[in-house]
Amino acid sequence: MQPILSLENISYSYHNLKGETPAIEDMSFQVMEGEFLAIVGPSGCGKSTLLSIISGLLKAERGNIYFDPSLTIGYMLQHDHLFEWRTIYQNVILGLELNKNVTKENTDYVLQLLKDYGLYSFKDQKPSQLSGGMRQRAALIRTMAVKPELLLLDEPFSALDFQTRMTVSADIGNIIRNTGKTAILITHDLSEAITLADRVLVLSKRPSRVKYELNVSYDIERTSALSIRNTVQYQTYFNTLWKELSDDT
Amino acid sequence: MTLNKNKNIINLTNQQAYILAHKRHHHIIAFLRLLILVIFLGVWEYTTRAGYVDMFFFSSPTSIVKYLYQMILDSSFFKHTGITLIETIVSFLLVSFFSLFIATLLWYRNSLSEILEPYLVVLNSLPKSALAPLLIVWLGTGSRTIIVAGISVAVFGSIISLYTGFCQTDEELLKLILTLGGSRKDALFKVILPSSIPLIISNMKVNIGLCLVGVIIGEFLAARRGLGYLIIYGSQVFQLNMVITSIIILCAIAMGLYKIIQSLEHWYKKMQ
Repeated sequence: MQPILSLENISYSYHNLKGETPAIEDMSFQVMEGEFLAIVGPSGCGKSTLLSIISGLLKAERGNIYFDPSLTIGYMLQHDHLFEWRTIYQNVILGLELNKNVTKENTDYVLQLLKDYGLYSFKDQKPSQLSGGMRQRAALIRTMAVKPELLLLDEPFSALDFQTRMTVSADIGNIIRNTGKTAILITHDLSEAITLADRVLVLSKRPSRVKYELNVSYDIERTSALSIRNTVQYQTYFNTLWKELSDDT
Repeated sequence: MTLNKNKNIINLTNQQAYILAHKRHHHIIAFLRLLILVIFLGVWEYTTRAGYVDMFFFSSPTSIVKYLYQMILDSSFFKHTGITLIETIVSFLLVSFFSLFIATLLWYRNSLSEILEPYLVVLNSLPKSALAPLLIVWLGTGSRTIIVAGISVAVFGSIISLYTGFCQTDEELLKLILTLGGSRKDALFKVILPSSIPLIISNMKVNIGLCLVGVIIGEFLAARRGLGYLIIYGSQVFQLNMVITSIIILCAIAMGLYKIIQSLEHWYKKMQ
């Protein structure tokens, strides 16, 4: 497998007049094509900063990032941020609109996604008429509409209630797995990380660096979050990660 | 008979009872509102007729109605009300346009707003009536001066509140636009402006009143027509009927213009 993205010795600090706050120090890792990578760490450890650097919203102060310049990146934020003044359909084609790419082919693709994710009948409704889980799925379609090869997921499920969170994260995990996309998921939820990801990186406290790496694989198919959670492997992974994170505090 | 009546009461569902109580509440409010007006007018009429207060200084509801009727007959009502209304609407439209345009520009170019901030603050807190004599010297007496006076009262506050509103837009929404490959211009047209429509409308509600204030100040000083002129002229020749009638017409105009913008607001909410 080819690395789709590699980070080498990335450092980033926030500046204000009182001084600088190092957020990321000397961080290196690679992401393979088709891999689902989860990144966990204590809160405020610069996880979101990392995604902003990968997506190009922020520029690393030191270090290098390598990826194919033609790589399209999709970014999914913590809140769905669907615009209330647009219908669901108008919301999900926002990315196409911004890239001036509203072609028949692309809108057909979006309509197909709406059908696949069970939102087709809601396409002309306003976001407030949808439940939290449906809204998050709509946000995923908005991200997928531009056909990204690499998905950056910044705690996309943390605003949902527990039950919705379980089903939506499993849903979205399956969607990403089935389409063969590469994904980086940022989360503070250990269970979420080990049910969804192929590999988990544990970050240290700020300034953060990669502290531990865990490869995750199960003997069973990853279709149901609940059956994953009942396996012995899950328990072992969970305990390992828990220990790694607790050592820090 | 009694049994039947009881049965009816029992048949009332909770929902119907709620609706009934709701309606009753609104009827009581409407009645009390009207009552205040009737009592006010009644006391006014009675005290002037009975000679407790001087009719010459305080006028009376009946003489106002008579004066209004006379104004309509000699068509001075339409002339003066019309000109005030037109001047107010023109300055309101110009304020709406300029404040939206400038606020957008300030948001788009952050450093511009930083540079201009002290000037905006000074212009906003300056009592605009102080500018009116200067405007007369510059622009002469006439509608142009009055419209500029109307604009000057509303425009600076309007720019500041629109700009502040624009800046309060959730940073995450702007981030979303950037992550989807959009620019700051996209953020302006896809996020800032559409999400600010309620703000823009509520800002209009404030502006229409302020424009009216500016227009009346202008007419006090630099007009031969309009309700502001009638008020000043009437007070100078001790025609208090003229003054009070003009004030009442002004009340009606202010209310009417406000209601128009309010219905625009309702229409927008319904569209959502």
